[in-house]
Amino acid sequence: MLSRKFLTKNLINSCLFSTNTVVKNALRACIVGSGPSGFYSSQYLLKHLPDCRIDLIEKLPVPFGLVRYGVAPDHPEVKNVINTFSKTAENPNFNFYGNISLGKDVSLNELRQLYDVVVLCYGSDVDSPLGIKGEDIKNVISAREFVGWYNGLPHLENFNPDLSGEEAILIGQGNVAIDVARILLTPIDILSKTDITEYALEALSRSKIKKVYLVGRRGPLQAAFTIAELREMLKLPNTDTYWRQTDFEGIPEKIDSLPRPRKRITELMVKSLNEAKQSSNNKKFLPVFFRSPTQFIGNDKVESVEFSINILENESAVATDKSESLQTQLVCRSIGYKSISVDASINFDDKLGRVINKEGRVLKKNSNEVDVGLYVAGWLGTGPSGVILTTMNNAFKISHTIIDDFRNGIIKCDTNKTGIDPRNYPCITWTDWLKIDKEETERGHKVNKPREKIVSIKEMLSIV
Amino acid sequence: MLRIINSRVINNISKQIIRQMTVQPTRSLCSNVPKLQKEEVEVTFVRANGERITAKGKVGDSLLDVVVNNHIDFDGFGACEGTLTCSTCHLIFAKPDFDKLPDKPSDEELDMLDLAFDLTETSRLGCQICLSKDMNGLEVKVPATVNDARS
Ligand SMILES: Cc1cc2nc3c(=O)[nH]c(=O)nc-3n(C[C@H](O)[C@H](O)[C@H](O)COP(=O)(O)OP(=O)(O)OC[C@H]3O[C@@H](n4cnc5c(N)ncnc54)[C@H](O)[C@@H]3O)c2cc1C
Ligand code: FES
Repeated sequence: MLSRKFLTKNLINSCLFSTNTVVKNALRACIVGSGPSGFYSSQYLLKHLPDCRIDLIEKLPVPFGLVRYGVAPDHPEVKNVINTFSKTAENPNFNFYGNISLGKDVSLNELRQLYDVVVLCYGSDVDSPLGIKGEDIKNVISAREFVGWYNGLPHLENFNPDLSGEEAILIGQGNVAIDVARILLTPIDILSKTDITEYALEALSRSKIKKVYLVGRRGPLQAAFTIAELREMLKLPNTDTYWRQTDFEGIPEKIDSLPRPRKRITELMVKSLNEAKQSSNNKKFLPVFFRSPTQFIGNDKVESVEFSINILENESAVATDKSESLQTQLVCRSIGYKSISVDASINFDDKLGRVINKEGRVLKKNSNEVDVGLYVAGWLGTGPSGVILTTMNNAFKISHTIIDDFRNGIIKCDTNKTGIDPRNYPCITWTDWLKIDKEETERGHKVNKPREKIVSIKEMLSIV
Repeated sequence: MLRIINSRVINNISKQIIRQMTVQPTRSLCSNVPKLQKEEVEVTFVRANGERITAKGKVGDSLLDVVVNNHIDFDGFGACEGTLTCSTCHLIFAKPDFDKLPDKPSDEELDMLDLAFDLTETSRLGCQICLSKDMNGLEVKVPATVNDARS
């Protein structure tokens, strides 16, 4: 794996490094995780502290986090942020080291000895379970797995959800659930022009799913999906949207008093509720409100879901003693992602699932004191919600805090902090990634797709 | 699949492609502007901290084009490159200028604006506003993103 070119690049890096140590006060920062928070933090630090030197380490051989492995394949425009990230990566003071995992290949303590600043940006990549009966029955899956499967996340290529039934129930109503619904309902000839993985395309082309429920515990006024995503569902070819009239009792009267974003999305729902359906459409999208799953039922495979019927009290869902059962052959829970602590020395709140911090400054364990030089940005610090824009603002804000701390002498440059020596790791550099990128694009073009993702880590490494 | 099939989005995308392919992209693609018009229009961007940046664009350019072509570095501006999927190109107009804008916002633009920080009654997305001759001297506010407000 350590090719000659690889070593040369590292030699060049070391030379660069030695010239850079001469720059007085050149902050050395290590950013952990290459999703939007990692890249936007790098961008901001490099712009406002042009002398600083950044090493970005990433667990996977390839960059971009959820932009590559979360954002839906039929939303290529969202992935345009990759162009900005790539520009940052071309900065001579920036190194990408893929295939290095914090907590496995390198410990946080090691990083802290090697850098003036460490910014944890490793996101949230674990499921949140519901903790109810029957969750381990076959074909009760998580959105994280399903999304990872169609987007080519390594190790999920054999996930193979069973799509042979006609009905699917999605638990949760966020944009991720909408993504899953859309992928299940979109005509295959549209998906075939995206960078969706070959195996997922093949499985979806055989899918029998015709009805997709989107179940939320609260009402239409609390719906978590955003309006652009809803509008897209309403325009989906071959699919009609069916709302439940009873879910909307008293809602039209409230529209005028709502703030603009909530008002517009509610208007859109009510308009769609009253619209005539096209009988020629053979697929159905069925949002259902005021229901919480209480158990999954099935023997070899899930057969139905029991829901409590909820009412709202102070905006919260409260279960009544009434229940409803819906038949299904696939359940996908989409109630959010969760972060984990990847290194024992991280001050982590297991309950909240995030690193304990005050405005991005990580606090010491069992103390209210700031752990100087350690920061957290993105979903790992805020919790797993918000779009790329939200993450970007958070990363900018925390980078600004780092710069403030630096200018105020709270964090100092230590010339003994030399950064990791990439020669000690089988890591992937930016040049290596560009090779993988080229190979993926070429493979894609052969089959009229923008990209055919390489899923096996072994194969990625063999290309570089 | 393009999430939003909106003529202005397509305009922007084709403009980007043209920008990449040719050195001098002069022909305007904005539908409401006559062909081969090259007049320059001056626009002033006012940051939240009061800083004023005046730049020139050609008739038919979008306000995002003006920012990009003049290398104006507003952090994070135009993340989705004019494809109506991000709202980072949010700009605030003075009421009279807002009322004069020839194209009213599409549903898709309003959908994205709904996610913008500091949304106002006279907010628009810069990638959806094409310059016309009578916009010369236009002033727009760049809303306070977190960093602007503090620096
Ligand atoms: C399914 C899905 C679809 C989405 N679609 C959209 C959309 O269409 N539009 C939009 O604006 N937003 C979307 N989002 C939200 C957006 O993806 C997030 O706001 C953003 O990715 C969060 O960025 P982050 O950097 O905090 O985390 P991530 O993007 O998750 O990045 C974290 C990175 O850290 C790496 N990492 C993990 N552990 C380690 C370790 N131990 N060592 C080193 N590296 C590690 C990961 O591999 C990953 O690359 C979507 C989210 C999901 C889940
Ligand atoms: S640049 Fe993304 S919406 Fe205008």
